[in-house]
Amino acid sequence: MRRPKSLTPLFFLLPALVLMIPFVIYPVFKTIYLSFFLDGKFVGLENYKEVLLSPDIVNLDRFPTKSPPWGALIHNIVWIAIHLPATVFLGLGIALLLRREEVKGSSIVKSIIFLGMVIPMIVGGLIIRFLFEEGAGVIPAIFKLLGIERLAITWTAYPETALFAAILGSIWIWTGFSMLMYSAGLASIPKDYYEAALIDGANKFQIFKNVTWPLLKPITVVVVAMTLLWDLKIFDVVYVATGGGPGGASMVLALKMWDYFARALNYNYAAVVAVLLTALTLIPALWLIRRRE
Amino acid sequence: MAIPRYKLRKYIVSNALAWIIGIIWLIPFIGVLMASIRPYEEIVSGWWHLHPFTITLKNYINAFNHPMFPISQGLKNSLIIAIPSTIVPLIVAALAAYAFARYSFPIRHYLFAFIVFLMALPQQMTVVPLYFLLRNLHMLNTFRGLITVHSAWGLAWIIFFMRNYFSMLPTDVEEAARIDGATDFQIFYKIVLPMALPGLISAAILQFTWVWSDFFLALVFLQNPEKYVATQRLPLLRGQYFVDWGILTAASIMVMVVPLLVYALFQKYYISGMIGWSTEK
Repeated sequence: MRRPKSLTPLFFLLPALVLMIPFVIYPVFKTIYLSFFLDGKFVGLENYKEVLLSPDIVNLDRFPTKSPPWGALIHNIVWIAIHLPATVFLGLGIALLLRREEVKGSSIVKSIIFLGMVIPMIVGGLIIRFLFEEGAGVIPAIFKLLGIERLAITWTAYPETALFAAILGSIWIWTGFSMLMYSAGLASIPKDYYEAALIDGANKFQIFKNVTWPLLKPITVVVVAMTLLWDLKIFDVVYVATGGGPGGASMVLALKMWDYFARALNYNYAAVVAVLLTALTLIPALWLIRRRE
Repeated sequence: MAIPRYKLRKYIVSNALAWIIGIIWLIPFIGVLMASIRPYEEIVSGWWHLHPFTITLKNYINAFNHPMFPISQGLKNSLIIAIPSTIVPLIVAALAAYAFARYSFPIRHYLFAFIVFLMALPQQMTVVPLYFLLRNLHMLNTFRGLITVHSAWGLAWIIFFMRNYFSMLPTDVEEAARIDGATDFQIFYKIVLPMALPGLISAAILQFTWVWSDFFLALVFLQNPEKYVATQRLPLLRGQYFVDWGILTAASIMVMVVPLLVYALFQKYYISGMIGWSTEK
């Protein structure tokens, strides 16, 4: 590491600072500032109280006994509760399966599953709508075939199913990420670890529990943190698959922020939702940074 | 040939499972392709009904030349935005990343931690003040406005990614060049950048596909329909009285073919960028 005599590092950093200070850093602080004001007047935490108590954000009259809308914050939490374990374990399971020597064409299957990560999310969301549409879509058709008429409907059009259509579809989009990370992690485990475990007489489950899983832990940390961030920030998929509806039944925080900003033209409430969303993303982000130090 | 029975069974089970999963993941794409190349009447009650099966390019033509939101113009706008939004942050971030990788200076550690924090930030956290800032600068509804925002936004992750890459490079060539009297900038430009080329390619490919795929920032900063990028036009193409899946799927294919091509052509760089960006410290 060089200790410069001059201002050399500043010269290297200057262009980045010139772009980031006005277009990233200043807006972050200004958003925090805006969240404490209403119509130009300082109101302290009043906006936060108003937003957090609004049934659009948390609706405990309906959650969990009645069907959605449950409020955007609860929808994000439900999203995480379903999507996080589903994609982590599916990704790990698929990575383990495709690593087997006897599987032919595993790299093709891997590429297919990874496609969801390559396409724009807005296309992913549109495909979800298509999948769950009665008549044109595969999923209602399957339920019709099974005789389950209640689910042989356009999922995105009903409050009972809209949120779950978006969540299930997002599993299809995101599993490629955890599969890719676990595949890379598995490939980096030295073969002799397994040979040693076999010589010691360990069975398959013991090998997985005592060798593979602990060695994959750094990967699991990254996959869990990145998935949490993705679930919290989810926007495009919901925007195009359900529009947050019907009646807010699939509204999420990022879309609610847009709603306040572009439809209600309430920039202060939009700022409050943005700050809340950022506070939530700090949890996985700080956890990830600490785990790596 | 005596293949043990248990091995044969294992072979069949693993392959069947792997390929069933592959097909499940592929079905949505097959549906999109089928809907895009066939007339609306044939797919409205399910694209899996194969009789009759008429192939037509009408959906593609209609999406491309849509009277209100032609995808052709959208693809052009997306390209005009994505190319500079890749080049500018790549150069600027490479410079900054080099400072973090090779020099010690006050508050270096805090500054880098702050950049990692910015990587996790939701875009929602910046758009309200940015909207007014760009309006005051007369950059709202302009390509250069959106390019500036994308460039600034991409810096955090590219600085993080390139700093990791530079840290892995050996420094002895740089030291030798310094003894020969090369300036810091010459070392960076003539020695470090060529050595870091694979990392730069990975970063460029990911940044390009992310800008191409962006929807939210375009939604906020481009409000003039003529300026709409491709992803922005997609949700607007539905028919007036019914959802015209033919035109929507054809447009979807035209929008996603660009990142898919980039992925197919640069798979190695794409994957190593994806893994390196999220795991290495």
